[in-house]
Amino acid sequence: MTAAWAVPIAVLLVLLPRAINPYQTILLTYGLVMAIAALGFNLLLGYTGLLSFGHSAYFGVGAYAVAFMVKYLHVDSMELFLLGAIVASIVITALFGYACVRYTQIFFSILTLALSQVLWSLAFKFFWVTGGTDGLRVPTPKLMGAASSSEDKIHFLATGYYYYVLAVFAVCVALMWLIVHSPFGKALQAIRDNETRARFVGIQIRRYRFVAFLVSGVFTGIAGALWVPLNGLTTPDILYWPFSGEIVFMTVLGGFRNFTGPIVGAVVFNYLKTYAVGHTVYWQALLGIILVVLVLVLPTGIVGTIGLLRARARKKTSR
Amino acid sequence: MSLLETRKLTKSFGDTLAVDKIDFAIGEGEVLALIGSNGAGKTTLVNLISGLVQPDSGQILFREKDVTNQSVAGRIQAGIARSFQIVNLFDELTVVDNVALSIFSREGLTRHFWSLADLHHPVWEEAHDILRQFGLEDKASALAGGISQGERKLLDVAVAYALKPRLLFLDEPTSGVSTREKAPIMDVISSIVRSQKIAAVVIEHDMDIIFRYSDRIVVMNQGVILASGILEEIKQDPVVREMVFGPSHA
Amino acid sequence: MDILVVHLFNALLYASVLFLIAGGLSLIYGVMRIVNLAHGNLYAVGAFLTASAVSQWFAGSESAFLYLLLPVGALGAAAIGAVLEPTLLRPFYRRREEYQLLVTFGLLMILEDLIRFVWGPYPISATTLFSKIGSMKVGEFFYPRYNLLVIAVGALAALFLWAFIYRTKFGVVLRATSQDMRRAAALGVNVNLVYVEAFTIGCFMAGLGGAMIVPSQSAVLGMGVDALVLAFIVVVTGGLGSLEGAAVGALIVGAVREIGVTVFPEIELAVLYLIAAIVLLIRPAGLFGRTT
Repeated sequence: MTAAWAVPIAVLLVLLPRAINPYQTILLTYGLVMAIAALGFNLLLGYTGLLSFGHSAYFGVGAYAVAFMVKYLHVDSMELFLLGAIVASIVITALFGYACVRYTQIFFSILTLALSQVLWSLAFKFFWVTGGTDGLRVPTPKLMGAASSSEDKIHFLATGYYYYVLAVFAVCVALMWLIVHSPFGKALQAIRDNETRARFVGIQIRRYRFVAFLVSGVFTGIAGALWVPLNGLTTPDILYWPFSGEIVFMTVLGGFRNFTGPIVGAVVFNYLKTYAVGHTVYWQALLGIILVVLVLVLPTGIVGTIGLLRARARKKTSR
Repeated sequence: MSLLETRKLTKSFGDTLAVDKIDFAIGEGEVLALIGSNGAGKTTLVNLISGLVQPDSGQILFREKDVTNQSVAGRIQAGIARSFQIVNLFDELTVVDNVALSIFSREGLTRHFWSLADLHHPVWEEAHDILRQFGLEDKASALAGGISQGERKLLDVAVAYALKPRLLFLDEPTSGVSTREKAPIMDVISSIVRSQKIAAVVIEHDMDIIFRYSDRIVVMNQGVILASGILEEIKQDPVVREMVFGPSHA
Repeated sequence: MDILVVHLFNALLYASVLFLIAGGLSLIYGVMRIVNLAHGNLYAVGAFLTASAVSQWFAGSESAFLYLLLPVGALGAAAIGAVLEPTLLRPFYRRREEYQLLVTFGLLMILEDLIRFVWGPYPISATTLFSKIGSMKVGEFFYPRYNLLVIAVGALAALFLWAFIYRTKFGVVLRATSQDMRRAAALGVNVNLVYVEAFTIGCFMAGLGGAMIVPSQSAVLGMGVDALVLAFIVVVTGGLGSLEGAAVGALIVGAVREIGVTVFPEIELAVLYLIAAIVLLIRPAGLFGRTT
């Protein structure tokens, strides 16, 4: 399914800003950023069988890395931002991953949640560094050395920045696609399906889980770095557990047993959230209800369900 | 010269002494049946040698090297592989994927995240070849979770065989399979194992299978080896006779 | 010398509440092999229910009556548990673990907003119960009598549970089901009933923890997740699946926290994670943990 659709969708994404207004484009940019985060998260869930409830930590690390670079190093290059975010993500992910991958499902999940809570509480405690609840501002960065030509930030975000994010998104998708279709990716799936057998085929479980964790965290960190200039500001909210819940939700919504599921889920969720937040304060409950319903009734998510329906339709026509 | 030798291998689980100072040996290319009632310690012995469980005391020597403290991955590298009584497969992957994984792992390719798995043609050719040997070629693209029990048992062995071991443990390779399927399955396994001169230890309860396919029989009871030898030899021991043939023959 | 007694009481206070929360979590896991991520929010519901009962619904009543209202939180949490288990959790026992975790995480989000919907976004307290029984003299210090009440309730709960599980017929049934569900069912045990009862007891304990603590600290949004994380630290230390583990873990965590808070007030949470990390490195199943 995947490869054939990639080209028309790529073309659509490139041409879209000409057809829709700047606010819509910026909304889509948020969607693409979250898609990168979900893609990274799903390497652990869909392919390795590990459910992390603490991915807000890596997103936040990426975002705050950018904010610190602005505050302390007066950097304004997007490329340096990405580099800094990657380095910071590697450090934190390696540390957390080392602790977490020694444990099975339940302990792993709660430990990831607990560790992200530690980061969140640190962001509050050290408010003179992190700006506390006020957060840290991040101005518009230079893309590939070129400063924004227009004074209008909206215009910048909807044009130059959108294409920058799109490019990074494309690279991330291609990279993740390669990883999950490599022998390494197959080994991860083996670990997911049957840990004992994977061991008895010679795969060193802990090591592979660690690498998957590392890659997953770095992708999410990159997403965090791309997010900050869009938002203009980073606050401890993105380290708080409900944000991890959103990442989990959007992946399950799209379907965590497919490669494209997280991407679709992230984009759809983005629109869902924007609509819901405008209509009710209790949208977290709404998410919770939808999550429960999804798991009960549509565990394969949007992409998976579409796949099932198409398979059924094909069976009918071939009769 | 023994391929594998254990010296005074012992393992307890809480109060139960599962394996009691066992001296066990098997030679190159030998096919050995390991029999005994449930709880005799057969599976524990296999778990100890394959590395799933660590012994309380004793030694395991494989090709003269002490592997007692070796990890599972290390023992596989050395040449020990096993299949499982309750089938252990990668259910969400295809039949050919399951075998290919063993090959990828054996060749050290599972570390590679920068190349597409599909492009490693030699691996896939070997995987299909092995499937042909096991009679599973027509099910190559089916999901391992969706094939019949008999096919799953064969696949379980194929996955272990693909590691190119010198010693293969088969834990009840025909259990859960209908009687008329048992012999064909053992025919396939036996001919492959013999042609490659792989030593095999088969845990089995079916006496016909044991008599037809094994060179030697080892009888275990309550954690110790009661007897070891060819059928004619062990038939002499009354305890063994009672165990193997039933009380009426004692 | 007296200061040590005060520290001891503080440690026991913290341990009592932790035992109630973690014990409930551990009991449920021991019997049913599920971890309810929304468990902390049942503790929160317990706290909010009791707080609003005492300071809103029956405010101004006789103090004796107000004390009797304390268990309201526990009963409410138990009621929610009794409804949740058969409807939302039972469909997931046969499915992969991820789905269990996902559905209880969804429950966590629902309960969090439910609390906000019913009680609003502001903290609620029940300080009348705390101040009404005053303080007693410990050497040259004054120590709140209410804290001692909490410690007593915690100890009584531990005792009751121990007696319940090891000295009653239902306890035997519970232990049999937790060790071998199929065999218990084959022997005629109504496993579904055992499950809902075990789950309800676990939720009751969590709710009781919240109810007991609310007079000394307000019920506030987000306390549920904090409690979950703390319960996790306790079961990591003491082992998941056993009440002894929850008790020992709670005592250790309570003691270490008290020491940490006295010496280094800023890094309280970090000290706790440090213990958890050390225990995890030495004994991955915790001190009394089950390996199956």
